[in-house]
Amino acid sequence: MFEDLRDLYQEVILDHGRRPRHGSRLAAFDATARGDNPLCGDRIALWLKYAEGGAIERVGFEAKGCAISIASADLMAETVAGISDEEARQLAAALQALAKTGDAPIVPEPLAERLERLLPLAGVHEFPSRVKCATLPWHALLAALTGRENATSE
Amino acid sequence: MSVGVSVRPFDVARVRADFPILAQKIYGRDLVFLDSAASAQKPRAVIAAMTEAMERQYANVHRGIYWLSERATEAYENARDAAARLLKAYDRSEIVFTRNSTEAINLVAHSYGRGVLRPGQAVVISEMEHHANIVPWQMLRDAHGIDLRVAPITDSGEIDLVSLARLLEDGRVGLVALTHMSNVLGTCTPARRLAALAHAHGAKLLLDGSQAIVHRIVDVQEIDCDFYVFTGHKLYGPTGIGVLWARHELLEQMPPFLGGGDMISSVSFARSEWAAVPHKFEAGTPPIVEAIGLATAIAYVEALGYEAIAAHETTLVDHALSRLSSIPGLRIFGHAQDRGGVVSFALEGAHSHDIATLLDRQGIAVRAGHHCAEPLMQRLGVESTARASFGLYTTKDEIDALAEGIDRVREFFA
Ligand SMILES: Cc1ncc(COP(=O)(O)O)c(C=O)c1O
Repeated sequence: MFEDLRDLYQEVILDHGRRPRHGSRLAAFDATARGDNPLCGDRIALWLKYAEGGAIERVGFEAKGCAISIASADLMAETVAGISDEEARQLAAALQALAKTGDAPIVPEPLAERLERLLPLAGVHEFPSRVKCATLPWHALLAALTGRENATSE
Repeated sequence: MSVGVSVRPFDVARVRADFPILAQKIYGRDLVFLDSAASAQKPRAVIAAMTEAMERQYANVHRGIYWLSERATEAYENARDAAARLLKAYDRSEIVFTRNSTEAINLVAHSYGRGVLRPGQAVVISEMEHHANIVPWQMLRDAHGIDLRVAPITDSGEIDLVSLARLLEDGRVGLVALTHMSNVLGTCTPARRLAALAHAHGAKLLLDGSQAIVHRIVDVQEIDCDFYVFTGHKLYGPTGIGVLWARHELLEQMPPFLGGGDMISSVSFARSEWAAVPHKFEAGTPPIVEAIGLATAIAYVEALGYEAIAAHETTLVDHALSRLSSIPGLRIFGHAQDRGGVVSFALEGAHSHDIATLLDRQGIAVRAGHHCAEPLMQRLGVESTARASFGLYTTKDEIDALAEGIDRVREFFA
């Protein structure tokens, strides 16, 4: 019955949605932001810590939301660890394109492998009302990178 | 104008045949539409009346000295009679057409709030209001120095009358504005008692009947309230039309809301004189075709009969509560004694959006989210709920389909 839903709810999504690896607040952090989707009530708060050389070391988050938004937040935390702010922005832009169109844009080599790990989120493009679930954590990330405290996926 | 609405005993199959949209397949499955509380589907009679109005009787109202305009004016004013009859208004002049409930409440907040209430007075709302009955009062509070008080609800989802009485005690409350039926919990509030309580403390009562009017006979004289609002699109009518009923003497006291054509008796650059009630509150070209659609919707509901409708819905709600409450991990919000056709729930291990998406793929339309009642979500300790709501055309089979659909959602996320 749910064959077509398997594109949206791939095993990776269900797994990260159920058991996020990065779903906690960081005790020590350099930047933080919140994201809100006022239409549906999804919320996320995230904390970001930089390593010595300036790359993102870790991201932790606390979120209330659906399987898609939690999985997207967790995959985000996983894929932005170890890259620069600029690369994280590129990855966020690529994810937004992926969620809206279902197609992965071309990204510079070091990011290609990370974007590949985000491919399970491509399924949302067929569910217009759910695209924002996948992009909300990334809006919050962009807000944290620019030092803003709040983001919405509106 | 009259469009035939024939009287017949309540028969869901016959009712369903009146709603063209229900014949549709969604993802190859029968549509199970369980989101009537957000907006209801439209019977053919309403669609036909609106089409006929535009094809045969359309012109602007209250302006033209010619046959078409006179017919359109008559049809528009007949709609006022229909709304007055529906609510048992004392007089037809007490019916003001608005765009929807939201505009009707804003009208009261603006005109009665700023024109009659004085800074330092208070307005009371409750924890289970729709944003439409919260935000206009916050705007009034901030602009006009009105104190805004919030009456708590009990754990079963009913207004806590003891606390409400306490909020009224100091005599500063000018207006109590409460829902007549919660769009989340299904709770019907004890309108007559609320009116008596408000009046005993010198306050007026506004009831938000957006949901209640769909399920209940409403008699503003018997309730003894002071303002009543509802919205056409939830009552099987079109969007773009709502109703404010208020006692004539209150409408007389209130200054206009919007200014423009149709609401004046004379205009010069020095000053304007307001038209008589209710036209004083209907600035600009009104929703003419929508009013005609609403009148037909009212006639349609009246022909089916509120008693029959209520009996049908009670059967549906009882069935839904018993089916859903036997699903493991499912929590129902709201256990009021007196309730209408709305059931909100959460499922362990599945967020309401995921539930809605999975149900949608089975052809079942439910609402997921905060239902424009964020403060209530906070009171319930959740961000969102899933909500199934029922209408004239809802069947027990559809509720069984919902229960089976939720079982599949559980398996999917298990
Ligand atoms: C209880 C309640 N009040 C007010 C409204 C607002 O209705 P409308 O959006 O038509 O103004 C709604 C429906 O959305 C409602 O359920």
